[in-house]
Amino acid sequence: MPEQVVFGMEVFLNGLMAGVLYALVALGFVLIYKASGIFNYAQGVMALFSAMTLVGVMNGQVPFSHLINAIFGTEIHHFGWHLPALAGILLTMGIMVILAWLVQKVIFKHLVNQAPIILFMATIGLAYFMEGFGDLMWGGEIKKLDVGIPQGINLWIDETTFNIFDYGFFIDNLDIFATVVAIFLVFALVAFAQYTKQGRAMRAVADDHQAALSVGVSLNFIWVMVWSLAGFVALIAGIMWGTKSGVQFSLSLIALKALPVLMLGGFTSIPGAIVGGLIIGVGEKMFEFLVGPLIGGATENWFAYVLALLFLVFRPQGLFGEKIIERV
Amino acid sequence: MLYREAGDFKTTYREDNQTFPIKFDRYRYYVVLAVAFLLIPFLINDYWVNAIFLPFLIYSIAAIGLNILVGYCGQVSLGSGGFMAVGAYAVYKLMTAFPDVSIMIHVFLAGAITAGVGVLFGLPSLRIKGFYLAVATLAAQFFLVWIFNRVPWFYNYSASGQINAPEREFFGVAVTGANADSWATYVFCLIILTFCGIVARNLTRGAMGRKWMAIRDMDIAAEIIGVNPLNAKLSAFAISSFFIGISGALFFSVYLGAVEVGEAFGINKSFLILFMIIIGGLGSIFGSFAGAAFLVLLPVLLKNLFVAGLGWQPDLATHLEFMIVGGLIILFLVVEPHGIAQIWRLAKEKLRLWPFPH
Repeated sequence: MPEQVVFGMEVFLNGLMAGVLYALVALGFVLIYKASGIFNYAQGVMALFSAMTLVGVMNGQVPFSHLINAIFGTEIHHFGWHLPALAGILLTMGIMVILAWLVQKVIFKHLVNQAPIILFMATIGLAYFMEGFGDLMWGGEIKKLDVGIPQGINLWIDETTFNIFDYGFFIDNLDIFATVVAIFLVFALVAFAQYTKQGRAMRAVADDHQAALSVGVSLNFIWVMVWSLAGFVALIAGIMWGTKSGVQFSLSLIALKALPVLMLGGFTSIPGAIVGGLIIGVGEKMFEFLVGPLIGGATENWFAYVLALLFLVFRPQGLFGEKIIERV
Repeated sequence: MLYREAGDFKTTYREDNQTFPIKFDRYRYYVVLAVAFLLIPFLINDYWVNAIFLPFLIYSIAAIGLNILVGYCGQVSLGSGGFMAVGAYAVYKLMTAFPDVSIMIHVFLAGAITAGVGVLFGLPSLRIKGFYLAVATLAAQFFLVWIFNRVPWFYNYSASGQINAPEREFFGVAVTGANADSWATYVFCLIILTFCGIVARNLTRGAMGRKWMAIRDMDIAAEIIGVNPLNAKLSAFAISSFFIGISGALFFSVYLGAVEVGEAFGINKSFLILFMIIIGGLGSIFGSFAGAAFLVLLPVLLKNLFVAGLGWQPDLATHLEFMIVGGLIILFLVVEPHGIAQIWRLAKEKLRLWPFPH
């Protein structure tokens, strides 16, 4: 087989893996959008915040230590304990639930029945707030996150492909792990939505708020639950991305990458988020591989958006989105 | 007592339709103009100009531009940073290619070029609506920044990839480059801002502005009553981009002098301008000024308070600034969705009736 084709296959596989990670973030968007019609720009910052909190909790950092030190002139930084990863994740999840409750209570309760675009802007405000809040709470430096996920080249794939193509593929263990987790997560979410009482209530709310309210579904509870679920998805995305490239500001930018994924897949469809993620992941890696060298590289910055834009011109509701019907 | 329509008799239709129908408002407007043009240039120094006045003037132009698109025509755009970059690079190419032509002409030409690019990226708005459009404008943002980074022709093949504003004069006074006096840059930007403000105000209260607002309120209904959505949306994109391009050109040539495109015109700039019009008030020219002033002053105030006043680390102040800006946006959306402009409007209503409550 010619070398270029083999390289291309490796790029394709890596693109699939990257796509899974995009899809992870996009999932959180879809969850909230379906249940409350809020397009949650803060999803990426939630991933960042949860990853920061996880690192902070595991290392026993004192929250707001910089602020406290600045005000009182003290020198406190750490409680001096180290938590195991699982305990840290559970604690962080608790914090994300509290956050979800606060978000619902403080912000979106007051914005019911506002235009969708106002809600969107509110989530941008929320994103800024949480970014500052997270940095203030845990410090703004780049942190290393290690919860014991295997990392580095997968030797088995390397050897197998070397035997077949005479060229070993470089696939990161972390990406494989993330893929497996993402698949589980999707099945878990679908099962939750289909087979549990709360899941049914969630779908009812997504279908029609008022009808759900009239048969006794608590909108407040469902919205807090959905925000918590989105927080959970954000936490998982935060762990994966944080392990991959360190917990830092750029993590919040993956939200921007998830937007074209959503547009491609349609805002309301969970399978759409996955398929859209894979298309974007593979598309941008292949484009960079095939066309990038000809036009100067770093095409990953914009390819996803332009692809989504062109796609939307022909199909404004995305691949799996519900058809947009407008009435006067 | 002073703030009344009573006794101010209008005898022509022209008078009846003027921008400031109340006499007090009219005089206040002239006083503001007089202070801005005749008083401030003699009082300010470098710090004031660079920290407050120039950013305020330039962001005001950008905010007016974005407000036309988002506030008046209802097309949410997250691409203003990219369009500012178009203005900056256009003025750079023009300045270096035609050194003898006045900088004022270059700035407006840069705006016109940006308008063309804006129309190009506005075309999808005919098919794509709402969030989908907001995300689609991100394509403009990232693609434009990328192209200015990658195509050497745009930065004249300079080794650093930066663009640097050469010295150019306006009526014999240097307004760009290292030797420009601060008062000259201030007056130069102020002239352009005044022009933009008057044009925008009159456009938005004329036939065109009413078409935009009809499209904003419900585009299908507007189409049925005879507003051509193609014309209305694309003209909003063109005019909005024209203003944003001008502000980008000034931001580069007069304010910063040297620009690295990803840093100066990144996605954060788009959000900053969007925040200005949310806090200031969507669909209000005054709101654009108020929002720009607010978000220019806030960081300066916080920095003075926390870093200079309390002796904290600068990064702490930055984090707090993020929190405060984010919190304020939420607060405004919850408490007063129409922003500072609405507070101003309510205050004027009250003032007209004062001292009676109703």
